[in-house]
Amino acid sequence: MNLLALVFVNLGRNKIRTALTLMSVMVALFLFCALRGVLDTLQESIKAGAETRLVVRNAVSLVQPLPQSYKPRLEAIPGVARVAKSNWFGGQDPNDAKGFFAQFAGDDDYIPIYNDDVEIVEASAAPGPVALPRGADPRLAAYYAEQTACIVGRELMTRKGWKLGQTITISGTIYPGDWPMTIRAVYRAKQKNFGEQTLLFHYTYLEQKGMGGSGLVGIYILQLADPQRAGDIAKTVDAMFLNSSFATLTESSQAFQAGFVSMYGNVPFLIGLLGIAVVFAILLVAANTMVMAMRERVSEFGVLKTLGFEDGTIFTMVLVEAAIITLGGGIVGALAAKYMLAGVNLGFLPPLTIYWSTIATGIVIALVIGAVSGLVPAWQASRLVIVDALRRVD
Amino acid sequence: MVMVDVRNVRKVYRRDTQEVPVLDGLSIAIDEGDFVGLMGPSGSGKTTLLNLIGGIDRPTSGELTVAGQALGPLGGRALAKWRSRTIGYIFQLYNLIPVLTAEQNVELPLMLVRMSGKERRDRARHALGIVGLADRVKHFPRQLSGGQEQRVAIARAIVSDPRVLLADEPTGDLDRKSGDEILELLARLNREHQKTIVMVTHDSHAAERAHRVVHLDKGVLSA
Ligand SMILES: Nc1ncnc2c1ncn2[C@@H]1O[C@H](COP(=O)(O)OP(=O)(O)OP(=O)(O)O)[C@@H](O)[C@H]1O
Ligand SMILES: [Mg+2]
Repeated sequence: MNLLALVFVNLGRNKIRTALTLMSVMVALFLFCALRGVLDTLQESIKAGAETRLVVRNAVSLVQPLPQSYKPRLEAIPGVARVAKSNWFGGQDPNDAKGFFAQFAGDDDYIPIYNDDVEIVEASAAPGPVALPRGADPRLAAYYAEQTACIVGRELMTRKGWKLGQTITISGTIYPGDWPMTIRAVYRAKQKNFGEQTLLFHYTYLEQKGMGGSGLVGIYILQLADPQRAGDIAKTVDAMFLNSSFATLTESSQAFQAGFVSMYGNVPFLIGLLGIAVVFAILLVAANTMVMAMRERVSEFGVLKTLGFEDGTIFTMVLVEAAIITLGGGIVGALAAKYMLAGVNLGFLPPLTIYWSTIATGIVIALVIGAVSGLVPAWQASRLVIVDALRRVD
Repeated sequence: MVMVDVRNVRKVYRRDTQEVPVLDGLSIAIDEGDFVGLMGPSGSGKTTLLNLIGGIDRPTSGELTVAGQALGPLGGRALAKWRSRTIGYIFQLYNLIPVLTAEQNVELPLMLVRMSGKERRDRARHALGIVGLADRVKHFPRQLSGGQEQRVAIARAIVSDPRVLLADEPTGDLDRKSGDEILELLARLNREHQKTIVMVTHDSHAAERAHRVVHLDKGVLSA
């Protein structure tokens, strides 16, 4: 027997209480790590675009369109290498209405802009010779040859169980009706944070079937020749259209994506707040449990002190006891989050990433919960006056 | 040699604004190897006196010197250390830790000194042997009779070989037969192991075991 063994024996006194406290800390840390993971994934996805691209959108809001006639004017701006039109589609798989995934319509310039980020891993053979847009992967010939063709991310393919060459139907929500599309290519993300969960199809298809020649487009994506000039070019664009009826807001694709993600309120802030609230609630629960557990042992502390245990030793023993419970729960909860949730699909975000640093933070938090929740009972136990403590049994 | 020297000790408890004097200028000297029975009506301050001698409580005024150590100047930590080396305490209700085996309970005082786990265990078993419980080392308190529990408590009190044993009504909760066994054990520890013993008791039969009996009443002692 030594002091640590004594602490463990004490932990085993009320196994149900110990287990419940441990589990509550476990759940809290599981949630904390999961929420941090969502935040980190968000941050990472925002980083993916770097400054090589700018997004031009309507200055009023993300859902307001821009005229298609802006394209040649944007192309004429010095430093702009390429301009693509793009539009959010917002359709659903009718067989799986809850299984969210993003769809974008893009014109012929759209996919080559992402040459550095994606790679075509599977493609149908072209029916015959096809004129390809500048810089396009020759394997996309079949896609460019067919108006109702689409390109799908590898993970989305797996998730949906789709096959190359298959014709799928998307039902539109913003643009109503059934939208049959044939999968002509599959892409892979070169960096994990780019995501492989998106479906891309021809802008002309959307325009002819869904927009009835309105001459409008959702956003423009600018590929820049020189990333250093991003700031200047953004100012030039917005100045150019300032007094038109469709003023623009040009931002880095990072900023655009951040705005996109938080379209429904300040999501990251809320997520962060939730994580803190969960941890704080569990802190109070753990502290309360420790105080009650120690109260039952007052006379025993009196005995130990009579035997010569110093106040500091008692203090440490109680503190360590609390720390073991919370640390145990914390480690299990954090690791469970890592192994159960990593890679989970988050819709138009890349798969959930939980960093080891998040796990480490979680475990430190668990230790802090232990220390703080043990502090009050440890202090109470160490300050007990022996004769008073002993009197409680008599 | 005087083992316990209590000089002019006063102990006053304060209840709200009212002061309740319990010990009123009490003095007693107990020689090394003595076995003193302490009697007196309930509430007369027997436990209080025992606690003062054992250094788990402090007098309002007066001086105590136990085993050559003046207790007044000792701070909390020094007093705890002194207690673990010098005093063996035996309670009326045994006060064993219910989740520890007999052996582990006896090891408790040894956890405060640096020694190997094996040595700790050997010493605990030796102490349990002295009290006649060599075959109960792995039993938990609830698996023992009251008399056996009290013997484990005595083993715990003697395991670090203190010079003074303080027993507060050690037979108060036992039947006659078990009580007699405990008294015989204390007498033997006094006789064979030279422990100086102060034993509080209500029972004149128990007090007969002591070399001398002192009576405490209204804060002062009489022989
Ligand atoms: N911590 C305390 N605060 C206030 N009064 C106390 C305290 N401890 C003891 N007393 C009082 O001091 C008096 C003596 O108590 P003590 O326990 O020493 O008596 P005792 O002789 O051991 O009695 P018993 O035979 O019933 O055990 C009692 O009146 C008791 O109420
Ligand atoms: Mg008493």
